[in-house]
Amino acid sequence: MAEKKKKPLSYYLLAGFFGLFVLFLYGPMFAVFLLSLQGPEGQLTFPMRGFSFYWIGAVFGQQRVGNFVEAFWRSLTLGLIVMVVTVVFSVMAGLAFRRRFAGSNLIFYLTISSLIVPSILVSLGIGIVFGLVGIDNQWYSSALAGHLTWTLPFAFLIMLGIFGRFNPAYEEAARDLGASEMTTFWQIVFPMIASSVVGVGLLGFTLSYDEFTRTSLISGETNTLPLEIFGMTTNVTSPTLYALGTITTIFSFLLIGVALFVIQYLSNRQSKSKQG
Amino acid sequence: MAVTQLPTSGEPTRSRRAKGVNWKALQPYLLSAPQTLVFLLFLVIPIAAIVVVSFWNFNGFAMFPGFTLNNYLGIFTSKVYLATYLNTFKFAFLVWLVCLSISYPVAYFLSFHIKNPKLQTIWFLICTVPFLTSNIIRMISWIPFLGREGLINQALMGLGLTKQPIEIFLFSDFSVVLAMVHLYALFMVAPIFNSMIRIDRNLVSAAEDAGASPFQIQKEIIVPLAAPGIAIGSIFVVTLVMGEFATMRIMSGGKSSSVGYLIKNQLDSLQYPLAAANAIVLLIITLTIVFAILRAVDIRKEL
Repeated sequence: MAEKKKKPLSYYLLAGFFGLFVLFLYGPMFAVFLLSLQGPEGQLTFPMRGFSFYWIGAVFGQQRVGNFVEAFWRSLTLGLIVMVVTVVFSVMAGLAFRRRFAGSNLIFYLTISSLIVPSILVSLGIGIVFGLVGIDNQWYSSALAGHLTWTLPFAFLIMLGIFGRFNPAYEEAARDLGASEMTTFWQIVFPMIASSVVGVGLLGFTLSYDEFTRTSLISGETNTLPLEIFGMTTNVTSPTLYALGTITTIFSFLLIGVALFVIQYLSNRQSKSKQG
Repeated sequence: MAVTQLPTSGEPTRSRRAKGVNWKALQPYLLSAPQTLVFLLFLVIPIAAIVVVSFWNFNGFAMFPGFTLNNYLGIFTSKVYLATYLNTFKFAFLVWLVCLSISYPVAYFLSFHIKNPKLQTIWFLICTVPFLTSNIIRMISWIPFLGREGLINQALMGLGLTKQPIEIFLFSDFSVVLAMVHLYALFMVAPIFNSMIRIDRNLVSAAEDAGASPFQIQKEIIVPLAAPGIAIGSIFVVTLVMGEFATMRIMSGGKSSSVGYLIKNQLDSLQYPLAAANAIVLLIITLTIVFAILRAVDIRKEL
């Protein structure tokens, strides 16, 4: 590395700025962690009043307003469904987009436009259509539809990037040796993109798990977790709210950790098998 | 290797079997069909439905098919609506401006000052992780800082700068902008970072050797080459803020309104056609902004 030159002043200024940015991102999160670990007489602000797991426990207890546990299972299930659908559809579309075909531009812009349309319109529109057709608004029907309009464009763009860097020589070799389309995909293509697919899956799940606006008008009588928490912000004035934040954030961190571990494992295996 | 070859130009060669030619031509359509169907069913048709409904009549309980321009006339003649639209623009502009002024130096530091690619990835991931956690929780997490008895007020009073707690930090325009920047900054950082790491470092060295000042290097090289990233980030931030209502509701304490919030309220009082008309106006405004950005900056090489 070219570290011989002394670092200019601008490096230190920018490093300081970057440090502040990271602090800005994480500071509030840690404040919430701390405040959720207060004693039973805890308040919404500092200083901390005692230390206990009272409020963490309170989340799982009977709530006067809202039901965290049910909403959590709903969001988890929905997130997993969205994840699987997003991965399957975007990998398929990614495969299709390795070649230009008549109409590919149209499909591309249709997909991207889903990111540009303000989320509230998607929610409103799906609500109206489901209402007119006579399908109940539920987290597993209309909200699922809304989530897919949000996760698929991101997944699609990432798949385009992955297949853009993809070396087709391996598949060609497999085909020349007489492998069928299916065999080629599962034996050659999929192992090569597997670690990226895990990343897309993680993104699909978290985008769905945290999605608020596109779900807000169409989740039916029951709430997903973000909607439940939104409802609680107006009613709950105890650190239960923070405890809930701590738990969902730790859950997100665990998920990211597991995904990064799997990605690392898969890409190590891939690079080993390439050398071998 | 390829015996029969499709006539597509510039494509990598692939072997084809003659009997599979029709299937081959269909393949991309079959593969992209599920995704396309999702967008037709859940994006195109819903927006068409909103357009149709925006011309319908309604009373306090239901909506009726018909054709009236009253919903639109109501929007353009009401001072309250006008103020709400202006308020939404104001927040979109402020959040965009703050996001840009934070994200540009952050992306620049990551791409130009961190030389080790592994460290670059790690720091970028560190910036990304909070954006994978719950938005609502991230809004709430400002309460211990901004409230009447929050850390900022405690600090100000401890330093003797003020005797009374200052009320403007929470439930104000300030807290709305702060929370939105906190929520959406990554959508600006990521595309700018992505543009900047592709800039050829030799250009910068050459400019330095030719005696360009740091400011000239930014103005003549970095900004123009990062422009597509800035444009993509701007589109993200503006569209996200334009369709927002949760942050507006929680962080302004219900004091400030946005078009998204207005639409939500109209739906709660079952004024579907009115909400639909507002949604269409919002969509047209947002698309106009997006196309204006796209006209100013060519983003195709980023896609």
